[in-house]
Parts: sequence; C-alpha cells; structure tokens
Amino acid sequence: MNGVAIITLILGLGLIAWLSARAKAMRLAPAASQTGDRSRKRPLLHSLPSYHGWYAALWVLGPALVFLAIWANVMPGLVTGRVLQDPAAAALPMDAMSRSAILSEARNIAQGNAQAAFDPRANALIEPYRSANRFYSLGGALAALMLALAGGAFAFTRIRPDFRARTKVERVVMSALLLASLIAIVTTVGIVGSLLWESLRFFSMVSPLDFLFGLKWSPQSAAMGYGNENAFGAVPLFWGTIFIGAIIAMFVAIPLGLMSAIYLTQYAKPAARAWLKPMLEVLAGVPTVVYGYFAALTIAPNMRDFAAWIGIHNASSESALAAGLVMGVMIIPFVSSMADDSINSVPQSMRDGSLAMGATTSETIRQVLIPAALPGVVGGVLLAVSRAIGETMIVVMAAGLAANLTLNPFASVTTVTTQIVQLLTGDQEFDSAKTLAAFALGLVLFVVTLLLNIVALQVVKRYREAYE
Amino acid sequence: MSQPTPPKMSARNVNVYYGEKQAIQNVSIDVDTDNVTAFIGPSGCGKSTFLRTLNRMNDTVASARVEGEITLDGENIYSSGMDVVQLRARVGMVFQKPNPFPKSIYDNIAYGPRIHGLASAKADLDVIVESSLRRAGLWDEVKDRLKDSGTALSGGQQQRLCIGRAIAVEPEVILMDEPCSALDPIATAKIEELIHELRGRYAIVIVTHNMQQAARVSQRTAFFHLGTLVEYGSTSEIFTNPREDRTKDYITGRYG
Ligand SMILES: Nc1ncnc2c1ncn2[C@@H]1O[C@H](COP(=O)(O)OP(=O)(O)OP(=O)(O)O)[C@@H](O)[C@H]1O
Ligand SMILES: [Mg+2]
Repeated sequence: MNGVAIITLILGLGLIAWLSARAKAMRLAPAASQTGDRSRKRPLLHSLPSYHGWYAALWVLGPALVFLAIWANVMPGLVTGRVLQDPAAAALPMDAMSRSAILSEARNIAQGNAQAAFDPRANALIEPYRSANRFYSLGGALAALMLALAGGAFAFTRIRPDFRARTKVERVVMSALLLASLIAIVTTVGIVGSLLWESLRFFSMVSPLDFLFGLKWSPQSAAMGYGNENAFGAVPLFWGTIFIGAIIAMFVAIPLGLMSAIYLTQYAKPAARAWLKPMLEVLAGVPTVVYGYFAALTIAPNMRDFAAWIGIHNASSESALAAGLVMGVMIIPFVSSMADDSINSVPQSMRDGSLAMGATTSETIRQVLIPAALPGVVGGVLLAVSRAIGETMIVVMAAGLAANLTLNPFASVTTVTTQIVQLLTGDQEFDSAKTLAAFALGLVLFVVTLLLNIVALQVVKRYREAYE
Repeated sequence: MSQPTPPKMSARNVNVYYGEKQAIQNVSIDVDTDNVTAFIGPSGCGKSTFLRTLNRMNDTVASARVEGEITLDGENIYSSGMDVVQLRARVGMVFQKPNPFPKSIYDNIAYGPRIHGLASAKADLDVIVESSLRRAGLWDEVKDRLKDSGTALSGGQQQRLCIGRAIAVEPEVILMDEPCSALDPIATAKIEELIHELRGRYAIVIVTHNMQQAARVSQRTAFFHLGTLVEYGSTSEIFTNPREDRTKDYITGRYG
C-alpha cells in the first residue's frame, strides 16, 4: 500500500472522527440543557461541539501520522535486513563497498527508479526487495490504521458534557505554534553550528592568522598540491567585499537614498508620495539576478569603455565599479525607507520650531531634520551595508574572480560571497582545505553581518527612545 | 495707555478654513507693543489657529486657507510681496511643548541669527547669545555649559531656551501658545516674570487656559468661542465686568 493512499485514508478517518464527535457532542448538548435547570446561565456542555470534533480528529491524526513519519525512516533499514536474510543474498561479496553498491542497484530497480542493473548479481535481489518492501509497507499501513482507530475510539469515549475539549485543543494549537517558532531558531542554531564545525576543521589545516591577515588568495594552488601555506590569505576578498559593498555601493546609495527620502517626506505632495514610495520600494523586490545581468551586460562594458576613454587601457570587463554601482542602486530603497522613517519620526514640533524662526524648508532639513534623524539614518546605512556585503548574485556576475588587492575601481576584484560560490560549485571533496575555506569565509561573513545588524538595531532603538 | 499708538498688528475680518471646515469666523483684532494680549477660550475654539495666522505658520498645513487681512506695521502679511522668512523673523513664536533643537544650548540660540545673517563674526554671535540668554533669564543657569545639548535641560529651562531662541533674532512680535502648560508652578512663575520684563519691547500675544495667568500677565484679553471673537478688552474689565454672558460663564468656570 503506498504512502499517499494511506495518508489520504487517515485524513479521511480524521474527517469522519471530527464529524461524528461533533454530532455526538451536539446530541449531548440539548439533553444536558433539558435536564438542567433553566435558571442556570452556563450551558452544560463545557466546550462547543466543534472542539469535541477537533479533539477526536487530533487523536485520530496525531499518533498515526507521527507513527508514519517514524516508520518512513526506519523502514529502509528493516527492508535491507530482510533482504540480506534471503538465500540470494548469500552470493553477495563480503567487501562493504561493492556489497552496498549492488544492494542499492537492486533497490533502485525494485522501486522503478532504474531499468537495468550493471551488476548481474543485483538481479537476483530485485524480487526479495520487492517482497520485503510490500511486507513492511503493508505492516506499517496497518499499524497506522490501528493507531488511528484506537486514538479515535479513545477520544470518542471521552466526549461528555463536562469534558474540557476546548482546553485540550487549545493546548495542542499552542504547542504547534511554539514548535513552528522553534523550528526557525533551531535551524539558525544548526546553521551556525555547522559553519563553526566546518570552519574549525579548516582552521586545523590553515592557521587563522594566515587566513585573516594573509594577502594572497589562491585556493586553486592549494588544491593542486602546492600546500596550504600562503594560499588562503583572505584579505583581498575582504577588501573586495568592502570596496564594492561598503564603499562604491554606499557612494551611490547614501546620497540618492537620502535625497529621495527628503523629497518624499518634505516636498512631495501626498498624492505624489502615494505613487512614488511604492514604486521605489518595487526596486527592492527585483530579483538580484536581474540586477546581476544588468551589471554584467550593460554597466560593465560601459565602464570599460569609459575607462578606456579617460585613458585607462588595461581596464577589465568585470569591474568593482560596475558591481558596486548596480549594488548601490539595489540598496537605494533600503536607505531611503530607513531614512524616510527616521525623518518622519523627528517630531513635527522640531520642524515647526525651525520654520517659525524664519528658516526655509531646506535650511530646516539641513540644520534640524537631518541632524536629528542622523542616528536613525546611520542605523539604516549599517543595515544596508550588511545587506550589501552579503549580496551574492551581482558580484558573481559582474565583479570577477581575480583576488586583486587594488584601489582601482576599474579593476576586477572578488568578494567573499563570490568565492564561496566558486569554492562550492563543481566537483569537490568535502575534506580539502579548498572546500572548507568556504565555511570559514561564511563564518566571517556571518559574524560581521550579525555585528552590523546588532549595532544598527541598537542605534535605531536608542534613537526611537529619544523621541518616545 | 491713554494716547492711542498705532497697532503693531491688526487683523480684519479673518476667516480660516481647514478644508471645508471653518475654524475661525470673521475675527478682527489689534495687537500692540505696550500691552501683553491674552487669548482665552475653551479647547478647540480656534486660539492656536488664529495665533498661527499671525506668522503664517498655517502655511505649513496643506489644508488650511486664510481669508481677510492681517497687517504688520500696516503691511499686509498675506500679500504676495511679503517674504515669509522675513515675516517669521519679525514675528517669533514659542510653542506649547518646549521644542529645543537637538543641538548645543549655544547653537540653539545662534540658530536664528545664523540663518538670518545677523552676526558676521564669532564675537558678535557670542554677544547675541549671551544677551538673549540673559533676557530669557537663563544665562546664570547655563553659562558654564553652553556646549551641552539643549534637550538635556529641564522642561522649564527648555522653554526659556525657546524664548531666548525666539528673541535672539530681535523680533517685533512674540506669539506664545500655552507656553507654560507643560511646566510646574515654579517654572511657570519664571516664565511669567520673563513676560513682564519683555513687555514694552515686543508685542506679546499669549494663549492660555489658566485664568489666573491671563489675569497676571496680560493687559488685554480676547475671549474666543466656537471660532469667533466674543469679547476683547482690557484684562481687568474682562475679568471683573464682562459684557457678554458667555465670557462671564467661561471665566467663572460655569462654562459647560
Ligand atoms: N491641522 C488641522 N487640520 C484640520 N483641522 C484642524 C487642524 N488644526 C486644528 N483644527 C481644528 O480647528 C479647530 C480649532 O483648533 P485649535 O487648535 O485652533 O483650537 P485651540 O483653541 O487652540 O484649542 P486648544 O485649547 O485645545 O489648544 C478645532 O476644531 C480643530 O479640530
Ligand atoms: Mg491650541
């Protein structure tokens, strides 16, 4: 019996349980109120009938589905065990590698994932596999059905007027919500844990000092057997990341974002604002890969031509400038919406105070609003930087792969994210320093963006408190 | 007070609308330099609205529209030739809630003189700052910490700083909208004393909800009700012998 069918069946049972438990509770309700004395205000049924329905449905579905989930994980082991007891398995070779290769071939054919076996010895095992599979899946399905029925029966016997089904159901709902929120947290912890673990393995091969302060990045040479020394100096990557994400991009994003925020908050008519603000925010929703090819195909060649025109002839077709400019444009909405918020939260009385002194709107903006909103704006810029240095697609497509330590914006540079992609795509062994370097880079990136975020949120929060 | 001096500001048949809604109806009033004028009246009757027409702060409210004529030294402030920036330098304003800029005490006072180019050298500016703070009665309390932030002062000090800021540009009229409503009695007494000292030098208009305060600081009182000017006369007369029943009810607290 296959999985979909059994799950559908159990869901059907759940529906039946819900309907019948509710019906039973409803039948109890009038009986209870007739026997009861009219003057009593409280209905004699503690919970609404639908809560009784949910209670029964949960008892039908919960144990059975949990059992199926566990069963799906243990079944392959049981099946293999049974196949190995088959007389045909005696012909298998002793060495573990070829043994498991043959077994998995047989399994793939039995499940219809493959058509024919390379190793003829696998053919003998196909039939045992099929029968073991049938045996255990039928067994599992029957057990799940039994559980569902038993759960339903148990819940059904508990339906009584004073039974607190609502309390129970709500407790289950609450646990489900709690579980949902825990999953995100646990995932984060897991990611950090794995980053840490793999990074530690990397740092057992390459000294952290060499990694953090070394000036030469050539993981390829390490992979080709020239040794790990002097191959994993990440400074050029850090520099490339900062150069593109924190310098060039911010040169674009800070002035443009700030000016658009000023226009939107101070000058734009409400009608204009209602149009312009959402349009600006659409920029934030453009997939970064679209920015990436815009940068690579449109901006980068123009930058190279521009460099040639101003007399720089060795300019590369992938440049820090192209990636940085486009990334800056991508970041504008972040800066502008943070600046917008902080300018708006400067009290109106401050603005009135300045205008009443005879200051013009632009004097008021320059001398009162911007200084007052500055902490919020700074917080917004820090958030934008943390986003920019973690951004991948644009730099992969437009910044290049050469780990140059250069101040020339027309040169190709590479970033932490680009190198992570580079190290982890294609063929790799998961225990070479070259691959593990990606985790160390990821860890650095994670720590830096985390710190930036914490500082930025702190700044913004402090600022919010200053104006209540 | 017997010989009539020409009024500093005068309003004739002023109507103010917020969108469709009329907030001020046909108000005419004169304000002069020798007397402090108090605006009183129940909440929502339009005192702030009218006060803000006197320095065109209503221009900052998109929906507000002003009709009628308001003159400063005989010149219509709503005429196209009038520069709002200059008008507001001549007609200063102090708000209900102290609103010092998040700058140093010094820079708060120097703000107006700087934007209006009143001082060319640092020394001139120093003089203006000191004299404004002295006139605002704040100098002795802050002279050693002019670099501290204006927002770090107490509420009463902040309000005196705002008054100092307003007088630093040597205005001719000072409008005060409930300047003491956020202050304790001691700070209020200081501000009232300050108003006494400033009288005669500036034309002062003060909005207040506090009858005793109106009686203490003003020589002329205007009573507003539902957007109209009900009664305007000398303070002693309004408080002892009002002509209108509505004024009497309001002053004696019988207003419902
Ligand atoms: N910006 C605005 N937009 C629309 N209506 C306004 C605006 N400001 C004030 N009003 C309305 O105009 C009327 C007068 O308001 P105003 O603030 O002048 O009253 P007030 O006498 O100063 O009251 P209070 O003593 O409470 O300060 C009120 O009905 C108010 O709702
Ligand atoms: Mg008011």
